[in-house]
Amino acid sequence: MRRIELADAEWTRVSPKLVAVDLLGAGIFFVIAAGAGAAALLLLHVLWLAIALAAIAVGALVNLVLVPRRVRAIGYQLREDDLLFTRGIMWQRFVAVPYGRMQLVDINRGPIARGLGLSELKFVTAAASAGVTIPGLLEADAEKLRDHLVSVAESRRAGL
Amino acid sequence: MNAGASQLSDGEWHRLHPASPLLKGGIVFIAILGAVVANLRERLLGLFVPRLDDQGNPIDYILGHGYVIQALLVIIVVLLVLIGGFYVSWRMHSFRITHEVVEVRSGVFIRTNRKARLDRIQGVNIVRPLLARVFGAAKLEIDQAGHDANLQLSYLDTRAADQLRKEILRLASGSRAADASANSAGVAPGSLIDRRLEEFTAPHHDADTPPESIVTMHLGRLLGSMILGTGSVIAILLIAGAAVWISLTGDLFILFLAFPSVIGFGSYYVRRFTRSLRYSISGTPDGVRVGWGLLSTTNETLPPGRIHSIEVSQPLFWRPFGWWEVRVNRASHSRTRGADNQANTTLLPVGNLTEVTKVLELMLPELVGAESVSMIERGLRSRGGDDGFENSPRRAAWLRPFSWRRNGFLVTPGSFVMRRGAVLRSFTIVPKPRLQSVAIEQGPVLRMLRLADLHLHTVHGPIRPHLDVVDLDVATRLFGTVSAAAVAAGQIDTSHRWRAGEAAS
Repeated sequence: MRRIELADAEWTRVSPKLVAVDLLGAGIFFVIAAGAGAAALLLLHVLWLAIALAAIAVGALVNLVLVPRRVRAIGYQLREDDLLFTRGIMWQRFVAVPYGRMQLVDINRGPIARGLGLSELKFVTAAASAGVTIPGLLEADAEKLRDHLVSVAESRRAGL
Repeated sequence: MNAGASQLSDGEWHRLHPASPLLKGGIVFIAILGAVVANLRERLLGLFVPRLDDQGNPIDYILGHGYVIQALLVIIVVLLVLIGGFYVSWRMHSFRITHEVVEVRSGVFIRTNRKARLDRIQGVNIVRPLLARVFGAAKLEIDQAGHDANLQLSYLDTRAADQLRKEILRLASGSRAADASANSAGVAPGSLIDRRLEEFTAPHHDADTPPESIVTMHLGRLLGSMILGTGSVIAILLIAGAAVWISLTGDLFILFLAFPSVIGFGSYYVRRFTRSLRYSISGTPDGVRVGWGLLSTTNETLPPGRIHSIEVSQPLFWRPFGWWEVRVNRASHSRTRGADNQANTTLLPVGNLTEVTKVLELMLPELVGAESVSMIERGLRSRGGDDGFENSPRRAAWLRPFSWRRNGFLVTPGSFVMRRGAVLRSFTIVPKPRLQSVAIEQGPVLRMLRLADLHLHTVHGPIRPHLDVVDLDVATRLFGTVSAAAVAAGQIDTSHRWRAGEAAS
């Protein structure tokens, strides 16, 4: 066992619809990179630029293939006194944030995600580097989670 | 306004030192106006009095044509408008201190009102620029968490500022005990001149308890630390590079490019030197007091529990001398940055092991006793091995060929301790109640070696507490221990009202 695995974690996974959002975003990027590469080759005849853009397009394609797995790897768990969050397969990251450290909770909705009824919840503490952003929550779930986080943070309020 | 501080903190609105507008830039304004008038008086007068050109000297012109009264009137009106403006802005600038908040309102046309909660105070700063010291005035700055969220009272009478700091800290500490000594802010005997002289020479004026500094700055060590610091090494490399360039090409043009940076380096060193020469640090009942500055002085009080992380580090060339630097992460980011425009994150500019230990004991009161002294010593100087720290495994040598033996973590009763680096050694302490969150991360290379990185998140600052290449099982266990300890410590922490638990006496 070489991966990080937390023994007693029961993850709540995010909505599978997030796959569609991320696929669309990554797909648009792939189309732009591939199109620009083709244009560089056929219209401008700049070989090095075409090769660079082709490399970017291949990267975007790999990214596209990995999107579903990456979305499945995102998870969070509401523990007794803190919020546990994980994401990443190749680059794994686990964060534990005590509820009392909460400064504010943001809910953001991008244009594509809003079309599918998804929201992104951002848990902000006094530390800039914590970066706990849970994407792909159904709107009702996100609001419920926000209200829950605010209420538990209120009962466990700590100083800075 | 020589009112005692007991009156200043009575919850009513008060005004600042009457010389404040002058100290805040009025003198500069008048000097500029004077310079402009002195240089351009003929042109200026020429604008209003076209016939002046025939005459030459305007004074002769005024005297010769009997315009003395008009000229004097103009000068008087300008002065009156200036004084009136200053007076109005001074009248409109007032502050009050209650049991919960410090509040300042200012501005003539655009009114601003700023309130600072006393239990969120991150530090109280008394700054005395050179000019203000001559007037016996001082600037009181109340540090709040957040970017540029500080509250400034500039300027106050020096005595009033000292008393006010004491009162603010007393109110903020949550101690409800009536402080009788606060009423003793009487006027000292002696003439005005004597008082000014006494205030000017006293380094950190404090009416009743001038605290003894636990560290004294030696001139030789300060100079040595600056010459051997990282900045100087870079400067020497640059000079060597420029010398080689000139000798190879014979082109002296590079000297013109170097000139501004030489001035920059020079002023940086002079500032740092004058700032650090009269450095002092001492413990008071309401926090650690750090003093800086030779001509313009800063004197900062950090209440307990306002330090989010401490790092002791050593630039390469300090090593033969055993010198260390102590820096901290704090929640407040002051834009004025204290005296001489330096960031207020350096706690000890240079010190040896004994002094570093003293400073750490002062900052983190739970680190007391022979055991923690030896822990600090091991944290700073140990080469690694079986010495109480959880060190990285041998396979971490692939990524940290020199420092893997030393790269270790330790959980003490009050804090998390990390030590890193064999060449550039550093030692980081995060007090448990100040930890914001904790993370473990692993990329593909670390996965192959069964390692992981551990990150402790605190407020933004020069220190980024983390420990790389930890054994995977140890990292997972530490992640659990640290997150549980952070929750527990956060819930019992009362340092925002640090004396609330004490019985009123």
